[in-house]
Amino acid sequence: MRKILSLSLIVLLSVLAACSSSANDTGGDGGNSESVTITLGMWDEAQVDAYEPVVKKFEEENPDINVKLQPTPWEQYWTKLETAATGSVLPDVFWMNGPNIIKYASNDILLPLDKYMEKSDVKIDKFPQSLVDLYNYEDTQYAIPKDFDTVALFYNKELFDKAGVAYPDDTWDWDDLEKAAKKLTNKEEGIYGIAAKLNNQSNYYNTIYQAGGYVVSDDMKDSGYDEPETIKGLKFWTDLIHEHEASPTLAQMTDTTPRAMFESGKVAMLYDGSWMAKVFHENETLKGKIDVAELPKNEQRATIIHGIGHVIAANTEHPDAAWKLVEYLASEEANKMFSEAGSFIPAYEGMQEDWVKAIPEMNLQVFIDSLEYAVPYPSAPNTTEWQTLEQEYFPKAWTGEASVEEVAKDLAKEMEEILNK
Amino acid sequence: MSSKPVMNKRKRKRISPLKRGDYFWGYAMIAPTLIGLLVLYIWPSIQTFYFSLNTWKAFGNYEWGGLSNYKRILEDPDLITALKNTLIFSVLSVPLSIAIAIFVALLLNQKIKGLSIYRTLYFLPVVTIPAAIAMVWKWLYTAEYGLINYVLGIFSIEGPNWLTNPDLALYSIIIVSVWMQIGYYMIFFLSGLQGIPNSLYEAASIDGAGAVRKFFTITLPLLTPTIFFVTIISLIEALQVFDLIFMMIEPTSPAYQDTRTLVVLFFEQAFKMNDKGFASAIAILIFLLIFVVTIIQVKLQKKWVHYD
Repeated sequence: MRKILSLSLIVLLSVLAACSSSANDTGGDGGNSESVTITLGMWDEAQVDAYEPVVKKFEEENPDINVKLQPTPWEQYWTKLETAATGSVLPDVFWMNGPNIIKYASNDILLPLDKYMEKSDVKIDKFPQSLVDLYNYEDTQYAIPKDFDTVALFYNKELFDKAGVAYPDDTWDWDDLEKAAKKLTNKEEGIYGIAAKLNNQSNYYNTIYQAGGYVVSDDMKDSGYDEPETIKGLKFWTDLIHEHEASPTLAQMTDTTPRAMFESGKVAMLYDGSWMAKVFHENETLKGKIDVAELPKNEQRATIIHGIGHVIAANTEHPDAAWKLVEYLASEEANKMFSEAGSFIPAYEGMQEDWVKAIPEMNLQVFIDSLEYAVPYPSAPNTTEWQTLEQEYFPKAWTGEASVEEVAKDLAKEMEEILNK
Repeated sequence: MSSKPVMNKRKRKRISPLKRGDYFWGYAMIAPTLIGLLVLYIWPSIQTFYFSLNTWKAFGNYEWGGLSNYKRILEDPDLITALKNTLIFSVLSVPLSIAIAIFVALLLNQKIKGLSIYRTLYFLPVVTIPAAIAMVWKWLYTAEYGLINYVLGIFSIEGPNWLTNPDLALYSIIIVSVWMQIGYYMIFFLSGLQGIPNSLYEAASIDGAGAVRKFFTITLPLLTPTIFFVTIISLIEALQVFDLIFMMIEPTSPAYQDTRTLVVLFFEQAFKMNDKGFASAIAILIFLLIFVVTIIQVKLQKKWVHYD
């Protein structure tokens, strides 16, 4: 008996030990009574350089406030934030994104900013409306946008020249893209016209809205995946794989990422976000060979816009000081400094020039021009959960194992359960 | 048995101050381990069980849900496939790695040149982090540019999609897992082999037994305690396989659902779907599964394990 007992204990321990984790680190800032320390949580270490001069200027203007940047790697950022929120040790100010805003806002984790905005001279109309809306939940503003990104069509000029196809321009529609993709495909050399990657933000969300469909209804209770227009936006990609055979298969794109294929000249066109411009440009094999164009239209033009916002923790001990920081980060002066740093596109109107000019070889202006018809990144309750389901359902449609209609309709059903949870 | 409690009682009465000091220091010495065990293992285990009875809400809030999570386990088709994948993985990887490890141990139990080099080579995967192993094998397996298919191509064989073919991916991972474990189990078998007295082999030789006969009548029976031990630990490990699959199969891979084991499903529910209640129920299920399998093994050992 004792043997079984001790054995079972060993088993119990080895299994269950894996199931618990806790992360906790509170910056032990004592601080003196006169000056307060505001922590700023962010996930991109690469942007610390852009923030430092801005924060320094802010501290000069507000000698009683110290700002401590607190970068956390993306992989741990949300897990850490959720733990911190549970333990009430959130950073005073932190980065927020589209998939998470409703979760945080609806659980009263974030400080409503309206009261502060009324008294302040922060110019909210200088920021893209779709981004301001993204961070507005139940008529309350919870974040002020910091930057934005949109999606456009990257293409490899060398492959276009070789196949004798005219470069894409703003007159292109889906038909033009399909025709060009077919022409560019050269199976013997292993070259494909386009990569129909299984990615929402930089791929199928764009075509869903171009076809006139939607992902989540405005009241956030219904999934759009059972709408014929939405299905059309998805089918555009599966057709490129199976009907036109102008894209690598999902199996190929799992083995080698579409971005790697584009970088090695195996794929001529790729839908991707503005954040990839610098990466592609700095790639040795692509340098000087690539350019960008606006996304081809279907029923309408559309590109998915997303941007990070600065939010304040509801339980911060220094709401006024935190607001001062957020207010300053939203000022023209701060955005000018961000723009000069060049690592992201500042959201403030007219501050995009430096970013566009940074790579004169590419027509980066298309990312800015597409603001006109940009659609906000779909956001609803439990976004990360239903997006996990997208990943689970769509591979079957992409491989051709099941039809897009079937898969999308099944997904819509399960997604609605999660939306109304 | 029946007289034991009485004896204990008597003993307890007669504890001298000196003995009491001994007890105190005894417990003091094991306290660091005991407290660590309680805080880091036992308490989380109890919590996991408690969470499995609750419905999870955002930001660590939960409410009593009774057996609802367990009901979901019975109804969830994903769980059936995960269970199936886990069992296929275990049933194949455990015997394979044990058989190969015994074979390698036999080879490396001889006096040959460069013995320690060979032993080190086989042990190397054990001291390499699994994530690194997974990354390297992922490159080897890549269909179009991978080394394996390149070599197959030389013999004009068209290599398969090792990791993206739903019918094949799980077996590709089993190969890596077996390769990874051989060195570790080999060490146990080597020590087991060295515990077998030479006199037995000499006696068998005099009786005219050949190498094969010696293996099956002397080596294998005397190795059974080691085999039993290795089977238990390897099965526990196999039923909890996670890291290789997590690293080698992307969530959008066509083979994802055919390689999703119980622990991968647990991870998905706990950290992607944020449903720690349901995830805890899966953890309890894994625990029960391993518990039952291990008890069966312990019961069966009398039938085949020879202690001298």
